[in-house]
Amino acid sequence: MLNYSIKRFVYMLITIWVIITLTFFLMHMIPGDPFTSEKKVPPQIRQNMLAKYHLDKPLIVQYGYYLDNLMHGDLGISLKYLNRTVDDIIKQSAPASFQLGVQSIFLGVVFGLFFGIVAALKRGGGWDYFSMFLAIIGISVPNFIIATLLQLLLASKLKLLPVSGWGSFKYTILPSIALSFATLSIISRMMRTSMLDVIGQDYIKTAKAKGLSQLQIIWKHMVRNAIMPVVTVLGPLFAGIVTGTFVIEQIFSIPGLGKFFVQSIYDEDYSMILGTTIFYSIILVVMMFVVDIAYGLIDPRVRLAKGGK
Amino acid sequence: MVDISKDKFEIVGANVSESQSIVRPSISYWQDAWRRLRKNKVAMASLVFLILLVIMSIIGPHLRPFDYAHQDLFNTNKPFSKVHWFGTDYLGRDLFVRVWMGARVSLFIGVTIALLDAIIGVTYGGIAGYFGGQVDNIMMRIVDILYGIPYLILVILLMVVMGQGLWTIITAMVMTGWVGMARIVRGQVLQLKEQEFVLAAKTLGASPGRIILRHLIPNALGPIIVSMTFDVPNAIFAEAFLSYIGLGIRPPLASWGTLANDATQVLLMYPMQLFIPGFFISITMLAFNMLGDGLRDALDPRLRR
Repeated sequence: MLNYSIKRFVYMLITIWVIITLTFFLMHMIPGDPFTSEKKVPPQIRQNMLAKYHLDKPLIVQYGYYLDNLMHGDLGISLKYLNRTVDDIIKQSAPASFQLGVQSIFLGVVFGLFFGIVAALKRGGGWDYFSMFLAIIGISVPNFIIATLLQLLLASKLKLLPVSGWGSFKYTILPSIALSFATLSIISRMMRTSMLDVIGQDYIKTAKAKGLSQLQIIWKHMVRNAIMPVVTVLGPLFAGIVTGTFVIEQIFSIPGLGKFFVQSIYDEDYSMILGTTIFYSIILVVMMFVVDIAYGLIDPRVRLAKGGK
Repeated sequence: MVDISKDKFEIVGANVSESQSIVRPSISYWQDAWRRLRKNKVAMASLVFLILLVIMSIIGPHLRPFDYAHQDLFNTNKPFSKVHWFGTDYLGRDLFVRVWMGARVSLFIGVTIALLDAIIGVTYGGIAGYFGGQVDNIMMRIVDILYGIPYLILVILLMVVMGQGLWTIITAMVMTGWVGMARIVRGQVLQLKEQEFVLAAKTLGASPGRIILRHLIPNALGPIIVSMTFDVPNAIFAEAFLSYIGLGIRPPLASWGTLANDATQVLLMYPMQLFIPGFFISITMLAFNMLGDGLRDALDPRLRR
């Protein structure tokens, strides 16, 4: 297990390094420099400005500076918002995105598991059809359509919740629901299939024969065994949630990181693009790593197989 | 006992060749798979829908006498009518024509990406799986690293560098997308290459290229096709997503994502304009996913008895 974790950790570091390098060189392939669009300045001043940001040095030296700064957690200064560092902007906008992400993952996982379990237990019943219907909607309707429909129905027509913006808890309800839909549907589908597998096993019969209560059988014998395959998809699902925030934050005009990321592309704010890309990638890659390790820890079969080697 | 005279019986003799001949025609793997697929009503309905969609994307824009980019500012935001079957958008462009032009773009992106992913992934995975050992080790480590790069971030980065457009989306999606296919093909090839027919081909002096192309890939085609069917909706979805946040293809070219994006501006007044592209995206995603499920059931050899 330790060997496996170390190996995965090294891959994670290499992946992050590849992303940083790729992003850096891609951004510098763009013609012109950040001051091209500024007002005409005397060549000496321009030279000084370039020198301040080390832009007059060869690319590889700039890369060295960038890596060095990155190690200190310094992502540079935004070109659009004067005198604001990218670190600052990320620090201010990340909490909103983080809250949205955590809430929707929670919603998606809890309700996904619930619907999956109930559907499998009441196979062929109303709950089964309902949860499979939800799952089909979740995989086929894009979240931006769901988000707009929710906005239109619950906020604009029925006026139950605010249309957009960010403030108290009620502002977070609609975006969280819209964002959690895909997660919910994938998890409920997987949970249902894997529960049905488990229900047919002999040890469930044994548990029944022993006279365990229904609740104990479901919780200790069915769910615990059925949940394993579901854990493996959590990594990619987190990635989906994180990228999903781009569009959801746009729709509900939430001042989160996703909105800044998209906006920085419109603004051609290169240091912001660079900073947010790297920030996002690191979060994603680290989360994938955590899920991988968690899976290894939870499933005794994986733990033994890896340890035995 | 009733008396039965012997002359009622006749010795016909044993016709050896006839008794051993195969009565029913033998069924190939593909015929068998097709037979299974045909029984799956949902998958067949999806297939029919997708064929209709392809036909409509070819002839649809020519059914009405409007150009997809033609703006008619006197007839903006019209509801459904005999002239404009799906109404018009905020610039007076005919939505019926634009929906089918959008279908063209969306399907083109989906199919191109799936094909390119397959070509690169199959070649890469085939080579890694066949040669094994150190070659495999190095090639798959590269795949592991690429697998961790979130595709959307790469798409957005390339957009900034290469400019927005169809081919930027395709390039970026293929750069990250082929990795999944390579993994699947490698796994298949690893299993297949130990089988006798590969040994036979080797003994006959077939080159590695020939063995991979003629012997291994055809036997791994089932999982490859299934994976391609799931690649198409993912690509369509990604394009719609990017177009919706305004980073997709450039107007006046339409895709379902840009149509949905255009519709948000007038959403409160004319929600129909969002429902139409939304409906087509959803039902196409659904059809590809259902067809993919059906194909997986039909082609998966583990389910064959």
